[in-house]
Order: sequence, then structure tokens, then C-alpha cells
Amino acid sequence: MKLTAQEKSGSVGRFGPYGGRYVPETLVAPLDELAAAYQAARQDPAFQAELRDLLENYAGRPTPLTPARRLSAELGGAQIYLKREDLLHTGAHKINNCLGQGLLARRMGKRRIIAETGAGQHGVATATVCALLGFECVVYMGETDMERQALNVARMRLLGAEVRGVSSGSRTLKDAINEAMRDWVTHCETTHYLLGSVLGAHPYPEMVRDFHACIGQEARRQYLELTGRLPQTLIACVGGGSNAIGLFYAFINDAQVELIGVEAGGRGTALGEHAARFQGGRPGVLQGTYSYLLQDDDGQIALTHSVSAGLDYASIGPEHAELHDRGRALYTRAGDREALAACQKLARTEGIIAALESSHALAEVLRRAPSMPREAGIIVNLSGRGDKDMEILRREMAL
Amino acid sequence: MSRFPGLFARARAAGRCALIPYITAGDPTPEASLEIALALARAGADIIELGIPFSDPVADGPVIQAASERALRAGMTLARVLAMAARLRERAPATGILLFGYFNPVLRHGLESFTREAARAGADGCLITDLIPEEAADYRAAMDAAGLDPVFLAAPTSPDSRLAAISQASRGFIYAVSRTGVTGARASVPAGARVLVNRLRPLTRLPIALGFGISTAAQVREVAEFADGAVVGTALVAALHQAGGSAAAAEQLIHGLQSGGLQSDSK
Repeated sequence: MKLTAQEKSGSVGRFGPYGGRYVPETLVAPLDELAAAYQAARQDPAFQAELRDLLENYAGRPTPLTPARRLSAELGGAQIYLKREDLLHTGAHKINNCLGQGLLARRMGKRRIIAETGAGQHGVATATVCALLGFECVVYMGETDMERQALNVARMRLLGAEVRGVSSGSRTLKDAINEAMRDWVTHCETTHYLLGSVLGAHPYPEMVRDFHACIGQEARRQYLELTGRLPQTLIACVGGGSNAIGLFYAFINDAQVELIGVEAGGRGTALGEHAARFQGGRPGVLQGTYSYLLQDDDGQIALTHSVSAGLDYASIGPEHAELHDRGRALYTRAGDREALAACQKLARTEGIIAALESSHALAEVLRRAPSMPREAGIIVNLSGRGDKDMEILRREMAL
Repeated sequence: MSRFPGLFARARAAGRCALIPYITAGDPTPEASLEIALALARAGADIIELGIPFSDPVADGPVIQAASERALRAGMTLARVLAMAARLRERAPATGILLFGYFNPVLRHGLESFTREAARAGADGCLITDLIPEEAADYRAAMDAAGLDPVFLAAPTSPDSRLAAISQASRGFIYAVSRTGVTGARASVPAGARVLVNRLRPLTRLPIALGFGISTAAQVREVAEFADGAVVGTALVAALHQAGGSAAAAEQLIHGLQSGGLQSDSK
């Protein structure tokens, strides 16, 4: 159902009917404090300068826009460009947001940071920023994810973070967020919750989007410099949706640019076998926000499956729900097998091993590029590198 | 008008605070939890909080999470919680019933049908843990239409401006959260709880119940010094689980909380 009356009720952080703040009362004051600190920081030139310096000289921005010449030639259609977030420090786009929120936490005087992580990329980026800024760091991670992303668990520990396994529910990202929220509601006066995607209660979806908007701003400028025009299509994978909104946001008003988000099709279409919220979900409330949600007839949150831990989540960022409903972005799905095949294809044509999350976006590129004209351009967000997935890739591909 | 004002007045007249036990509906089974609720009512519970189980209860500690999982595994649904409330109402006509849960199952059921059916079942009010007054316009309209009392949480972190809004939005009573954190038994009632209740008093004439962490008769007595009701959740859910979900145990536990002695301070 649409919460149309609620839109008019003055509630904050709405994207159309989606978003808002669905949290226990205890968290409202910390969310207000965070929103106020963020508003002040975004207008503070000193904050912006420090963030820009860290993004350039620590994280490695701007990231290249790499023409995928052999892949484009092999597919015989559109020219494909890779936005190389995989080359950032820590191996994924997640560091953009972690640096921003880390500086914000310092500004708020909070020296204990908690985070959730699915694939471990956000956890590693959080642990990294905490080491850099001298914060205590606790990362919640589902036990299923700890097994399949064991390398990232070791990285976080090496960086000085405490990784707490979560054994409830499906033992994946959703359950890690539950535990992080429980920690935050208990320790909110001293602790900043460094949420890793465009999820959760206001101001997170807006704030995390803004910290990742540099992806699309750079890509737009780089593509214009290379080609003199805008790309026809942007493609990004969508778990919570932070890398996708980061790429899309600078192009939202370029109506001719097609925006495509790719959800995890998993291993089947039945509830529990995938994480394609726009295929099998309906609007509901989970973990602070109103958005599309995989749930059963009784409103219980469904289990999800994806070979990629970073996409294995029952809900999706509320801004994506709004982009979906008004038809500004199109959301498709790619299954486990397609993503693995796409990962291999990019490795063998371009010498780049993509994360399994980003490989879902590549799978859509492989489907779509051949039927597009040769003068058309696609930018695909290579949101992370595949090192963390080598164990899964080795097993699945008998390497 | 709901039973809540009269129940708080009755307790106050008797020189005590209202005793408000929480159970998760459907734990360990739908049938056993109805018997437990009836036993709580027989033992003199003023208001029973019937928890609607949810897969992702972010405001709850491990004990109530586990109860929620047991209830869902036993096949509990929102429709069955409402049916249970109706049977409790038939056999305990004077006991207050507060439905306590998370927003998504209610949304999925439909706000209007949920409130209509809850009223028909004989519930007096509802508390949705993850719904704050600012987001509750539709919910409050539906609760009004059904004649149910919306109870909202007040937290130690809430500034006075929010406490005023919470007081305005609530009917029946206000549920003050004793501490920042999730549900769970604690060794003592924190000093901040009294501060919060005292901050609320000038803003409202509604009764104020205190919850989160209250587990012993001594704590209930302490709460009675400054609040109008004491919610006992986790300690009760844990003790009932240990007792295999027995209704007789429920009755004893309530007597223990009323008189002191049966609950050990270590719970």
C-alpha cells in the first residue's frame, strides 16, 4: 500500500512515498543529531576539503573510466566503459561513504564506530577508516557471510576491528543490520552507526547517496571528455543500491540516459531463492525505511539467496523504489550462473576480475550490448574487485 | 473508552502500580500461549501485552527474539494473534489487552482491517515499536476510527519537544523506556528512568508505564514509587520458557511479582 497521507504528514526523508523513519523512539534523537551534523558538514568548506583530500590522496579518486575494447568488440554492439571503483583503496566503492561518515563521526565527537557488512567490503572500508582516524570499530556480519567471505573477515581483524558473527535469521546482511541497530540503540550516545548503503532511516539514504555521488559526477565528466556526448545507458548492480545511486545520481536529469539496476536473481524465482525485490517484493517497512521488500503474506521478511553476499538482502534503498515507480530507472535481474559467467568473460577479455556483485551488472551488459548500435555507449559500474570472491570462484569454476 | 484509564486508577487506588506482563503470542504454541495469557489474567495482571511475533525484531534482545522465532515456527500469524486476543477477551472481560509489535506485519495486513479486527477482538490499544508519531498519521486515523488507544514509546534520549508530541499522540497511557537499549532483564532500575517519568509528568495527564529491564518484585515496587505501571517482559518470557510454557508457572510468576519473593534478583 502507498502511504500517501504520510507523505503529507511532514515526515522527513521521503522519496515519493518511500523512505522515512521507522525506528524505535530511542533512535530518533541520534538520527536528528546525525542529520543536523550532516547538514552542517555539507555546507562547511573545511569538511568538504578534508574529505576531498582523503578521497584523492588516500582512497585514489578520481577512478579511471576504462574503455573495454576487447569485450565491446566481441559483443559487437555498444561501446562499453568500466567505471573503475574496483581500483579504490580497499577494493570497492564503499570507502567513499566510509570516509565521509568517518569525518562526520569525528565531528560529532563519537569515537566508537559500528557497522554491518554483507560481502565484507563495507566492513573492510569501515575498519580501514577507523584505523586511519583512530576509532574503536565493531563490525557485525552474518555467519553465512563470514564463511563465504573469510578473507575479508581476516582483513578487518588485521585492521584492528572486532568482527561479531550474527547467528540469527538467514545469517546474512539483514541479520547483521538487526544486530548493528540493537548495538546502536544501546550505545547511541557514544557510538556512530556507519551504515553502508542507501538504506535505513533518514538521513542515511540521502547522506550515503551524496557521499557516493562522486562516482557519477566523475563518470559523466570523463565520458563527455572521451566522446563529447552522454552515454546511452548506465548499468549497476543493486543490493541496498549505493553504488548504483552513486553512478545514477549525476545523470538523473539527463532524461535521454537510460538507468538500469541489476538485482540478484539467485538460483530461482520462488521466494527465498533470489534477492530481486522488484520482481517478487511489495512495499513494506524493514530496518527503518519504507521500500520494496521480499516478504510473505503475513508480513514476515523472506529469506533471500544470492551467490553474492553484497546483493543478498530483502529490501532495497527507498530512492530506487521511487526511481522504479516513476519509470526513471529500469530494474532487471541476473542469476548466480549468469554473474559467474560474466565475471569470467571480463577476466578473459579485459584482464579484470570483478567482484561477484559487480558481475551481476556485467551480466546485464552481456545481454544488452550486442543489440545496441556501435555508436552507443554503456557505462557499467565496476563497484568492486573480485579478490574477496576467489574462494567461491575457485569452487564454482573448478579453477 | 478503553479499559486502560480505569485499570490504572484501580491500581493507584490500591496503592500499587499496574502490573503489565508481556508475552509473545504463539510462544511456545498458539494454544499454550492462550492458556498462559488466561493464567496471567486470573493471577491479576492489569494489562496483558500480547506480542505479535516478527522475523526481524530490532528493538528486542535475544530472549524475546527467540520467543518470536518459536512462535513463528509454531505457525503464529497476525490473524491468529487477533483470534487469540478475542478468546482472551471472552474469558477475561476486565483485563486490559495491548497488542505490541512491529509495523510491517500490520501494514501487510492492512491498517484499517488490522485496527477494525483488533477492536472487534476486544483489544484496548496497540503499540508499534518502530512507529514514531511523525510517521503515524494513517495509523492514528485508523486507531481513532476503530476506537483503539495508540500507545507510543518515550525514551531517555527524547528531548522535551518530542516528549510533548508523544504525549499528544498517545491515548490510554505512555510507555516510557527505562534505558537506551533493547528489551532484556537487568539487575536494577536505572536512575534515568525516574528522570524520564518526571520529565513527562508536566506534559501529560496520561498514566505512565515503565518498561525494558524490569524483572523482579523489588523492581516493580521501586517503579511504583514514581510510575503508574510496570511492564515485565523478558524475565517472564525467559521463566515461562524454562517452565516449558506452563500456565501454572505463569500464574505463580505473577503472584511472585505482586508480593515479592518468587523472582530471584539474578534474573
